[in-house]
Amino acid sequence: MELKVIGKGVPKYDAWGKVKGEIIYADDFTMPGMLYGKVFRASVPRAKILSIDTSRAEKLPGVHAVITHKDIPRNNLKARFGQGSEIGAQFEGLYRVLAEGEVRYFGEPIALIAAEAPEITDKACELIDVQYEPLPGVFDPLEAMKPEAPQVGEKANNIASHFKIRKGNVEEGFAQAQVIVEGFYQVGYQDHAYLELESGVAWVDDDGTIVIRVSSQVIEHFREVAEVLDLPHSKVRYIGTLIGGGFGGKEDITVESYLALLAWKTRKPVKLTYTRKESLLVHSKRHPYYMYYKTGATRDGKIVALEARLISDAGSYAALSPWVLLYSTVDAAGPYNIPNIKVDSYAAMTNTPITSAFRGFGAPQVNFAYESQMNQLAQKLGMDPLELRKKNLLKQGDYLATGYVYDRPVPLDVLAEKAWKALGPKEESKKPHIKVGRGLAVGMCSYGRLTFLHDTSRSYLRLELDGSAVIRCGVPDVGGGQGHILTQIVSEELGVPLDLIKIHVTDSQLTPLAGTTTATRQLYMSGNATLKAARELKKRMIAKTAQLLSVKEEDLVVDQGKVVSRNDPTKYVALVPLINRMSADGEELFVEAQFNAPFTDVPESEIIEGRTHPDFTFGAYAVEVTVDEETGKVDLKRIVAAFDVGKALNPILVEGQIEGGAVQGMGYALMEDMVIKDGIIQTPSFAEYLIPTSKDVPDVEPLIMESMTGLGPYGAKGIGEPPIVGIAPAIVDAIDDACGVRITSLPATAEKILMEVKNKNKEKRAS
Amino acid sequence: MKNYKLVTIFVNERPVTAPVEPHESLLDFLRHKAGAVEVKCGCNQGDCGTCTVLFKGKAVKSCLVLALQANEKDVRTIKGFTGDFLMGKLQESFVRNGAVQCGFCTPGMLISSYAFLQADPQPTREEIKTAISGNLCRCTGYKKIIDAVEEAAFGEASTKKATSSGSPEISEGQEEAKGTYLLLGGG
Repeated sequence: MELKVIGKGVPKYDAWGKVKGEIIYADDFTMPGMLYGKVFRASVPRAKILSIDTSRAEKLPGVHAVITHKDIPRNNLKARFGQGSEIGAQFEGLYRVLAEGEVRYFGEPIALIAAEAPEITDKACELIDVQYEPLPGVFDPLEAMKPEAPQVGEKANNIASHFKIRKGNVEEGFAQAQVIVEGFYQVGYQDHAYLELESGVAWVDDDGTIVIRVSSQVIEHFREVAEVLDLPHSKVRYIGTLIGGGFGGKEDITVESYLALLAWKTRKPVKLTYTRKESLLVHSKRHPYYMYYKTGATRDGKIVALEARLISDAGSYAALSPWVLLYSTVDAAGPYNIPNIKVDSYAAMTNTPITSAFRGFGAPQVNFAYESQMNQLAQKLGMDPLELRKKNLLKQGDYLATGYVYDRPVPLDVLAEKAWKALGPKEESKKPHIKVGRGLAVGMCSYGRLTFLHDTSRSYLRLELDGSAVIRCGVPDVGGGQGHILTQIVSEELGVPLDLIKIHVTDSQLTPLAGTTTATRQLYMSGNATLKAARELKKRMIAKTAQLLSVKEEDLVVDQGKVVSRNDPTKYVALVPLINRMSADGEELFVEAQFNAPFTDVPESEIIEGRTHPDFTFGAYAVEVTVDEETGKVDLKRIVAAFDVGKALNPILVEGQIEGGAVQGMGYALMEDMVIKDGIIQTPSFAEYLIPTSKDVPDVEPLIMESMTGLGPYGAKGIGEPPIVGIAPAIVDAIDDACGVRITSLPATAEKILMEVKNKNKEKRAS
Repeated sequence: MKNYKLVTIFVNERPVTAPVEPHESLLDFLRHKAGAVEVKCGCNQGDCGTCTVLFKGKAVKSCLVLALQANEKDVRTIKGFTGDFLMGKLQESFVRNGAVQCGFCTPGMLISSYAFLQADPQPTREEIKTAISGNLCRCTGYKKIIDAVEEAAFGEASTKKATSSGSPEISEGQEEAKGTYLLLGGG
């Protein structure tokens, strides 16, 4: 059956509202009598709190409430990851709303203020007096793992989590190796730098329910907020706004607990929006990692063993660090069939800002390391990097590092070759100090949540009597078209024109809960739930038509606004009369459907085995750069990104994810340098923490493969996060190709490159 | 006593009169006194471009202008272009090209593009890049935005004319997409 709406690059339903400036984002919303909230934050990275005196602030005219930990029903909660059941200490940390007894990081929230104007909250902050007893902090994960290190949090040895992969026997594997490459890699922070700051408005409804209208990727946080206030879950309601960029940074709770507490205390609507400086200083970041890698291969390029030791900076509260580390561990060996693998990973807590989810969720860090290893191995073997990969790439039916048989095609050989060839003939530079170089890297990135989290999504669909349709699905929309694509699915299945479909996306009490917009899961999960709902309605429509026309159900299809016989196009019933007839006959014109991901058991130990994720998306990057050897400046000339997306349900949206992910990954690789000193970020503005502008990037060239082998609707795979995986090692490899220096830490700044080039030239002169 | 001064700013041709303090920015005035929340605030220090408005015929970051400086002057936000041919073309082109993801940079991006195309209706792709380089976007990677501006200027984006080298197979039903499509095993 030919697809009519799926596969078309139709504009998102929200695009017109966005170009006309009609979308009311979180901070754009106001209510009568609304107060303004503010967070008072710690001015030291680690200390014992001796006293908190808020009395002067409370007396300031215009201040309605000042809240400290004493006022919070439950200030300390177990940090969860949406899982319902207890799953062991290695996955859990502490979610603390306000500092209590101690300060663990610079900027940790200590008090909340609600006042009649933002200036009054600023003034009130100045009147809060906190007495600290400063304590020595630990600011580096390697230092934190030493026995003498100060204890950052609730874990005695500062290790929030430790995971292992044990496949085959690496000692025996390395014994067979004729060539060994060892590497030490370091990657820094990355800030999401979404343009919309963390923001929301909360109020107490007339029946006592706390309503939070907020920019969040996870409306299911209503449960945690209810627990903070010690209220029934049913008494906290999230209304999610369209999100001005998320990238994982609005996956953890941001302002919601603060808003709920202030609204609860004052019984007035309260708005709280971070400043950019505040956001850059204190909101969660991508984890810095130290990574030690050892890869062994035979002389003909068959990899026989890989050993990796990963250490992530888990920051001062665990947040999602255990989960990010788990993803890194699973991905540590990359998409390769390697018989002997040993991975040990640690998330070490430090007195630094919280580190948590960011697009790729632990995959980009290890990807930089394992692909840098591959490119150096190719150099050492004197082998073409593409050939080396082809020899070792995972294939359908091979074992993943966790011992799970991957039963779907892995077209990375085709993707890598297509991307590489797309670069075409190389033009050499005419200027002697400008060098041209090319690099290649592949990558894997899961879509869908960990299978032992037993993920589900629900979607509701109703047909109206005039032939229009309403979808209700609690899917936060970060701008990728997470809501929109559901309308394309319904339109495809039921023949309802797109402009007659209305979707409600995020209300934790009125839209069926669809789970988080994280883990590249919405198309896969909510797409399938919506497809299931649509097909159930379609089944009912066909059954009714079969009855009305006395034809067999299997002979009927939905086509162009009618249910029509395949064999005889004169036999049909148009949708509108059909719906009206069904309604008159008392048939249900609505469905709420649930889709369940594959379920597995929780790992019983730190050893990660078997299936961990529903599936993976694979992709390859080929890039061309120029490097100015006199300044170290890198210019990206070409970025070719080849991804197997299964099926591109909306090609323009797919391209948008690839182009945006490539550029965000390019920023990670070259520009985004978050400087931190003794636990305090030194780059708290976009003038200091530089993200790519239109002048920094070439046109990304996406190559989209449709293997039709994904687990999503119509064979789609997830493509939200995967494009950030692969580009960094490709760029670093291209720098090496251009000027013969191997950068092993990100970002690869001009300073680092210039230093390496100078060292190389010094060595050359010395020899 | 605070040092207030009464100002009148013509926001999309509608006069808005309100007391302002000397330090108050045009952005604050627009969002908090004129109800013009379509003007976004992404950094409040001139780095991100989300608060861009049309002021004295130029695309200006409203967080860097004092409200007092705009007294008795015209300011246009994205909602002030109803019926404007060029802005209409830009908006349609942004929608059609997928230049809008989260949409938070979009109002500012459109106004920068508008002011630029008014001054330079036949720009090169590099000139477009320079023109919008003060407006950050974290979602799109800029390509589709530049395509959209080009299309508004010329009726077609230059990236759509050129096909990618390597001539992989194109699958059917992708006529609306600009990228290159491969079929599994198509290599």
